[in-house]
Amino acid sequence: MTQKNRITGGLVDRSTTLNFSFNGNRFQGHPGDTLASALLANGQIMMGRSFKYHRPRGALSAGSEEPNALVQLRKGSHQEPNTRATVAELFEGLEATSQNHRGSLENDFMEITDLFSRFLSAGFYYKTFMWPKSFWEKVYEPIIRHSAGLGRISFEPDPDIYDKGFLHCDLLVIGGGPAGLSAALAAGRSGARVIIADEDFMIGGRLNAETLEVDGISGSEWAARAAVELAAMDNVRLMARTTVYGAYDHGIYGALERVTDHLVTSNGKPRQILWRVYSRRAVLCAGATERPIAFGNNDRPGVMLAGAVRAYANRWGVSPGKRVAIFTNNDDGWRTASDLSRQGVNISAVIDTRDGEPRAQIPGATIAMGGRVMDTRGRKAIHSIKLVDGRTIDADCLAVSGGWNPNIHLTGHQRGRPAWREDISTFVPGQDLPAGMSVAGAANGTFTLAAALAEGHAASDRALSDLGMTPKGGDIAKAEDEAANVTAFWHVSESKARAWLDQQNDVTVKDIKLAHRESFRSVEHLKRYTTLGMATDQGKTANMLALALMAECTGKTIPETGTTIFRPPYTPIPMGALAGRSRGKDFRPYRLTPSHKWAEEQGAIFVTTGMWLRSQWFPQPGETHWRESVDREVAATRGSVGICDVTTLGKIDIQGRDAAEFLNKVYVNGFATLDVGKVRYGLMLREDGMAMDDGTTARLGKNHFVMTTTTANAGPVFRHMEFCRQCLWPDMDVHLISTTDGWAQFAVAGPNARKLLQKVVDSDHSITNEDFPFMACGEITVCGGTTARLFRISFSGELAYEIAVPARYGDSLIRALMAAGEEFNVVAYGTEALGVMRIEKGHAAGNELTGQTTAANLGMGRMVSKKKDCIGNVLSERPALNQDDDLRLVGFKPVNKSEALASGAHFIARGKSAVMANDEGWMSSVTFSPELGHSIGLGFIKSGQERMGEIVRAVDLVHNKDIEVEIVSPHFIDPEGDRLRV
Amino acid sequence: MGYSGWKVIWQGLTGNTGWKPAWREPDPKPSYDVIIVGAGGHGLAAAYYLAKEFGITNVAVIEKGWLGSGNIGRNTTIIRSNYLLPGNEPFYEFSMKLWEGLEQDFNYNAMVSQRGILNLCHSDPQRDAFNRRGNSMRLAGADAVLLDADGVREMCPFLDFDNARFPIKGGILQPRGGTVRHDAVAWGYARGADSQGVDIIQNCEVTGFVMESGVCMGVETNRGTIRAKKVGVAVAGSSGRVMAKAGMRLPIESHVLQAFVTEGLKPVLPGVITFGAGHFYVSQSDKGGLVFGGDIDGYNTYAQRGNLPVVEDVCEGGMAIMPMIGRTRLLRSWGGIMDMSMDGSPFIDKTHIDGLYFNGGWCYGGFKATPASGFCFAHLLAKDEPHPTATKYRLDRFRRGAMIDEKGVGAQPNLH
Amino acid sequence: MIINHPHLGPRDAQEFVYLGDASLMDRPDWQDENAADNFHDYLYLRDNPDGEHRELWYHEQGDRSWLVVTRNTLTHEITRVELARDVAIAMRRRK
Repeated sequence: MTQKNRITGGLVDRSTTLNFSFNGNRFQGHPGDTLASALLANGQIMMGRSFKYHRPRGALSAGSEEPNALVQLRKGSHQEPNTRATVAELFEGLEATSQNHRGSLENDFMEITDLFSRFLSAGFYYKTFMWPKSFWEKVYEPIIRHSAGLGRISFEPDPDIYDKGFLHCDLLVIGGGPAGLSAALAAGRSGARVIIADEDFMIGGRLNAETLEVDGISGSEWAARAAVELAAMDNVRLMARTTVYGAYDHGIYGALERVTDHLVTSNGKPRQILWRVYSRRAVLCAGATERPIAFGNNDRPGVMLAGAVRAYANRWGVSPGKRVAIFTNNDDGWRTASDLSRQGVNISAVIDTRDGEPRAQIPGATIAMGGRVMDTRGRKAIHSIKLVDGRTIDADCLAVSGGWNPNIHLTGHQRGRPAWREDISTFVPGQDLPAGMSVAGAANGTFTLAAALAEGHAASDRALSDLGMTPKGGDIAKAEDEAANVTAFWHVSESKARAWLDQQNDVTVKDIKLAHRESFRSVEHLKRYTTLGMATDQGKTANMLALALMAECTGKTIPETGTTIFRPPYTPIPMGALAGRSRGKDFRPYRLTPSHKWAEEQGAIFVTTGMWLRSQWFPQPGETHWRESVDREVAATRGSVGICDVTTLGKIDIQGRDAAEFLNKVYVNGFATLDVGKVRYGLMLREDGMAMDDGTTARLGKNHFVMTTTTANAGPVFRHMEFCRQCLWPDMDVHLISTTDGWAQFAVAGPNARKLLQKVVDSDHSITNEDFPFMACGEITVCGGTTARLFRISFSGELAYEIAVPARYGDSLIRALMAAGEEFNVVAYGTEALGVMRIEKGHAAGNELTGQTTAANLGMGRMVSKKKDCIGNVLSERPALNQDDDLRLVGFKPVNKSEALASGAHFIARGKSAVMANDEGWMSSVTFSPELGHSIGLGFIKSGQERMGEIVRAVDLVHNKDIEVEIVSPHFIDPEGDRLRV
Repeated sequence: MGYSGWKVIWQGLTGNTGWKPAWREPDPKPSYDVIIVGAGGHGLAAAYYLAKEFGITNVAVIEKGWLGSGNIGRNTTIIRSNYLLPGNEPFYEFSMKLWEGLEQDFNYNAMVSQRGILNLCHSDPQRDAFNRRGNSMRLAGADAVLLDADGVREMCPFLDFDNARFPIKGGILQPRGGTVRHDAVAWGYARGADSQGVDIIQNCEVTGFVMESGVCMGVETNRGTIRAKKVGVAVAGSSGRVMAKAGMRLPIESHVLQAFVTEGLKPVLPGVITFGAGHFYVSQSDKGGLVFGGDIDGYNTYAQRGNLPVVEDVCEGGMAIMPMIGRTRLLRSWGGIMDMSMDGSPFIDKTHIDGLYFNGGWCYGGFKATPASGFCFAHLLAKDEPHPTATKYRLDRFRRGAMIDEKGVGAQPNLH
Repeated sequence: MIINHPHLGPRDAQEFVYLGDASLMDRPDWQDENAADNFHDYLYLRDNPDGEHRELWYHEQGDRSWLVVTRNTLTHEITRVELARDVAIAMRRRK
C-alpha cells in the first residue's frame, strides 16, 4: 500500500522503510514516524472507538495528550493495552490492533449504544438498574463491565524487566523544547550538574513541529545541535524518551525512561527505567497543550488539533487530509494554514471566530472571519463541514485551535493552585510552586519563541545564582516572536448536534448542562458525575472547555469556578516499571541461615518466616507425609538428641555500666540481680501493657548482656530499645548492637545433648550439670579454639543448650555437631518439630504474642514487677485489663482423642448457641503430640486457670466442626521441668 | 423526584430537560435541632438517618468544601465485614446489612457490588489467624469461607502461584464483600437527606464552637453563627483540627493514604483481592480501571498527597501477586488524610462537652462503615445513648484499657 | 522526602522509620500520684497540629540514631533536625 498522505519535507528518514501492521493490514512507514503519523500517511484515519458510545475516532493530537487513538501494541505476553498511537515510535514489524469494539473496528456492534445515547446521559446509571435487587451483580453489572474497559491484558506475566535508578543534579530541566534547551544550555555551559528530560524521542519539542528559525537556522536544526552540545558535556545528562511524571517533596522527581519500547525486542535490556531524580532546583519547560473548540460532531475522524495537523506536516511529512479546513480563535491556527499551504496541501477554508482582517493569505481557501463551524459530515471520516452561516465546505480534515493551555501539571502535584491569565484565556502556574521549581516557556504561558528562549535562560541563571553558582550561559539564542493573539471561544452554541468535550469518555456539552441542572456544579462534582477528565488522558484537552462551560452555566468567571487538581503521574506509568525488579522470587530479599547450604544438601523443606528461609522439616527416604518426618524428628529429639538452627532469633548485644539497670526497665521482670554466667527468661511489654516480645537474656559479664528476641520482632525490639536508650534514658551508659547475623546459633536438645556437646566443646570448658547447670551461660571455645557461646536454655522441654559461633563458622559447626551426634542417632529438626515441642511444653510463641495479650493473659502476670519502673507497668494496671474473667492461656485436649483440634476455633460453653455473645476465647496453637499420641492445643479462655478439667466446645464454623475439649494445664509434658535440670 | 429506569427513558425521550436538582443549595438558618459538621459520607448518612429513622429533620450538614469532598470521594471503594474483635465485627456486619438494602432505601444506584473479597494468606500462622477471624465473623452472623491454595487458584488462576517469594497458601473469602461507587454514596445520602428537609450547606467552614456555660450551643462559621441544640462532628481527616477548636486533644494522628487507579481494562478481576505478605489491595471498577492501594505513607500530614517510596512499595505488592499487570499503566494517584487512631478503631461518642458529639478515628477503613456509622451517630444524637453495635467506640476506652486493636500493634497510629 | 541528618547529611526518608510526636520522649514519672492519667495522656493523646510538628524518626537503614525532626505537616518542609539523644539530655537538664 502506498503512503498516499505522505507529502514533502519532515524529519523522517525516507531512505529506510519500516513495515508494520494495524488490525492485520500491512503498511509502511519510516524511522522517525509514530504509529499515528504512519497510519495517517497511509490514509488510515480511523484508529479507535470511544469508551461509551463506541463512536469512530481518529487521532486528535500528535502527542501524549491523545484521547482517541489508543491501540493494543505487540502480541502475546508483550501485549500492551491503551497505547497512544501518537507517541508509539514506529519500528520494523510493529503490530497493533484497535480496541474496545465487538466485531471489526469499522463495523462495531456496540455502536448501537450511540443510537441510545439520549438514554445514556451523564450519570444515568445512578438512576436505574436498582430493580430487581439481585440483578445488579448478575445482569446489569456484567453487561456494563464487558462494555466498559478499554484494552485487554494478556493474562500472562510481563516478560520484560524493569530497572530503577537514582540520579542527582543541581538543575533538572523538564522538557526539551526551546525553553528547556535554552535553560539546559545556560546551566550546562556554567558547569552545573544538569539533567534535561523530554518525553519525546526527538529533542526539540515544538521546534520540530514548526517552521520557525533560531539563530538563523531552522528550529529543528538548532535543537539537534543543542542536543549534540548537551550530550557532549560531562556535567549534563540528556534524556530523551523520558517523562518526568511527578513532583514529590524536597526536590525529588519521578521519571520514566523508555529504553527499548522503540525496538523490536528488548533483547535482555530493561524495557524501561524508573528514575528517582534528586534535584536542588528544577525548571519546568513542559510546553503547552492545544485545546479544541466544542461544536456538533466535533469528535469524528479527521477533526484534529491544528497544532497537531501542522506537526504531522512539518515533522512527519504527512497531511492528514487532501482538503484541510482550519477552525481557530487565535493566530496560531493560521500558521497551520500557511505551513500546509506552503507544502502544497489544499486548504479549503479558514474559519476564524474573531472578526477583522484575515491573518494571512491562503491561496484557494474560503476565509470566514467571525465564522463558526456548527457541524461535520461523514461518519467514519469527515468529508465536509457546516458553518453557522449555512455554508457547507468540503474538508476531509478539520484542524481546530481553541488556544493553548500551559502544561502546568507538575506545578500542582504538591497542591499548588494555578492562576488565571485573562489575556491568553488560560491558567498559568500560581505562586505556590513545589519548593525549588520555576517554570519557563509555554508552560508558563510564554507562548512565543524568542520570549520562551529568554525565559528558559533566565530561569537557569536564577536557579544557579540561588545555588551560589555563577551563571556563564552566554548569549540567549535569537529568534522572532510570532503572532499569538487569542480571543476566548469555547463552544459553538448554535450547534444542535452533540458537541464533545471529553472525547474518550464521551462527555458532551449537554452532559455539562445536565450536571449543572442537577446541582453537580463544583468542578469536582462535575468531573465525578460526568466522568469528564477521568479517561487515560486525564482530560488534558477537555478540562478547560468543561470549566468554561460550567462557568457559563453558573454565571461565574472561570477562575471562580476553579480547577480540578492535577495528580501524578503526568502520563500513565506501567505497573512493571513502578515495581522494578521487586517481583517474583525477588519481591523481597531472602535471608538464609548459616546452615542453609548444609540443609539443602539434606533435602530440607524450607519455609518462609519473615524474610528468612528456615528448614521446616528434613524428609527421609520413605517418608511420604510431612507428619511422618516431624513425628520422627520430635521422637528422636526427645529420645536422644536433635539439632535445630535458631540463628533467626534476634540477638542484641548490650554493654555498659548501666546495662543491667537498662534491662530492668525494658523487661517486666528483674535483671539487675542476675548473676554473671546466668540466663534469665524475660518478658517485655509495650508501654500500653501488652506483651511485646519475650526471650532470654544472658549475662556474660558485669556490664555485658546478650539478649535474644523472637525472629519476627528482632527489628522492632532493637528499635524500641534504641528509643528507650536515646530518647527516654539518655543518661544511662548503655550501648546496643544487633548481632543477629553475626552469630550462628543452634539448639542442641534431648537427653544426649550434653554428651554430644562434650565432643565438640573444648575440654578446658566443663559443661557438666554441676559446672554448667540449667540456665547457665558462658563464653567457651569449640573444635579446638573456635570462639563460641553456650547457653543452657530449653524451648523443647528437654535437656538442651543453644550454642553460638561467629556466623562464618556456622556451616562448619552444624557439620561438626551432626558428625559428633552420629553415635547418638542425632537428628536435625526443623521449625515444625520445634513448634510441636514448644506446644507440648506450653511455651507461648507468635500465635500467642499477638500484641493483644497481656502478661496476665499469658499466665505471667506475677512476673510484672510493681517495685520498679519498667515499660508498660503503669498502663497494664488499667481496669479493663484486670477483670475477673480475663482470658488466660491454658492447654486443651480433645475429649475424643481421635479428633484433631483446629487453631482458630472459638470456645463456646456446652449447650449454648454459637454466637458472639457466647464466645469465651479461641484456640491459638494446635499440634499432634507424638509424645501423647493425640492432638493438643493452647488457647485463651476466660478465667482459664480456674477451669481445669472443664469441658467446653471448640467451634470451628468455617470448617463445620464443633468438638468437645477439656481444659488442661498448658504444660503437656514434664510439668515440673525435671528433664531440663538433669 | 424518584429515579427509575422508566424515568430515564421518559427523560431521554423528552431531551433530559426535566431532571431536578439532586439537592438544594440553601443558606444557613439561624438555628437547627442538630448540626452535623462535615458533609462527607458519615455526616450525610447521619443526617439521612436522623431524618428517616429518628424523625429529626431540622438538621443542617455544613461542609467547608463541596459535599463528598473528603474521604468518601477518594477511597478504594471496598466494603466488607471481616473483622476479628467483638467490638468491631457486629458493627461492620450491621453496616454490611445496610449496604445490602441501601440503594432501594435511598433510591439511588450506588452500585453496591457484592463480588467478594479475598484475603490471601502466605504462612501457617497467618492461616491460623484467618481461621480465628473467619469464625469470629460467623459467630457475628457474617459470611466467611476459608480457601486452600487450590481454592484460591480456582477463583483467581492469574495469581502468581509458581514463582512467588511468598507462596499463596490459601485465603479467607467473604462472598458478601465487594465494592460500591463511592461518590454515589455521598450523593445518594445527600439527595435522600435533602428531600426530607435537611439543609446541606456547602462552602461553609466551621471556625469555632459556640460555648455557653460549658455547653456547646452551635458553631461559628465563615457564613455566620449557626445555633443548634446538638452539634455532631464527623470530619475524619480533619478531626484534630476541628476538635482543637473545642479545646480537645484526641487519640488520633492525621496521616496520608495514597490510592491509585490504572487505565481502563476489559474485565480482569472477579472481586477484591488483598495480598497478605505485603500491603496491597485491588479491585476493578465498573469502568475497567484497577483501583488499588496499600500502606499509609506513615508520617503525620495534612497534605493530601504522598511520596514515591509508598507508591513503589504498593506497586511491588501488585506485581508480586499479579505479574500479568506489568504492562498495565498507573493512571492517577491521590492522597486522602486519615484519622489514624491509637488502636485502629473509631469513635462514635459524646464528648465531655455537653451538646458536642464526635464521630471519627476511622483510620483507612471508614468507607465500608459509612451506613452504620451514620446510623449509629444518628442514634447517639437522637437518643443520647450508643447504638447496640457501637457501644465500644468510646473516647475513654484507652483510659480504661479497653482497646479494640485488630492488628495488635498498640498505640502507634501509623502501624494500624 | 529528604532528612538532613546531623551526622550523615541529607538522607532519603525511606531509610528512616517514623514513630510520631516528639512528646513521646517526655515519659511521665511512674511513681507520681496521677501516674495512670499521666501515662494515658502521654501515650494516647496528640496535638496533631496542622503546621509545624516535632516528630521522631529512627535511622534504621543507617546509623540507628533517633532524630527529632521539625517538619510542617501542610507543606512537609523540614526546618530542623536534631539528635534525639541531645534533645533528651537537654530536656532532663531543664527538669
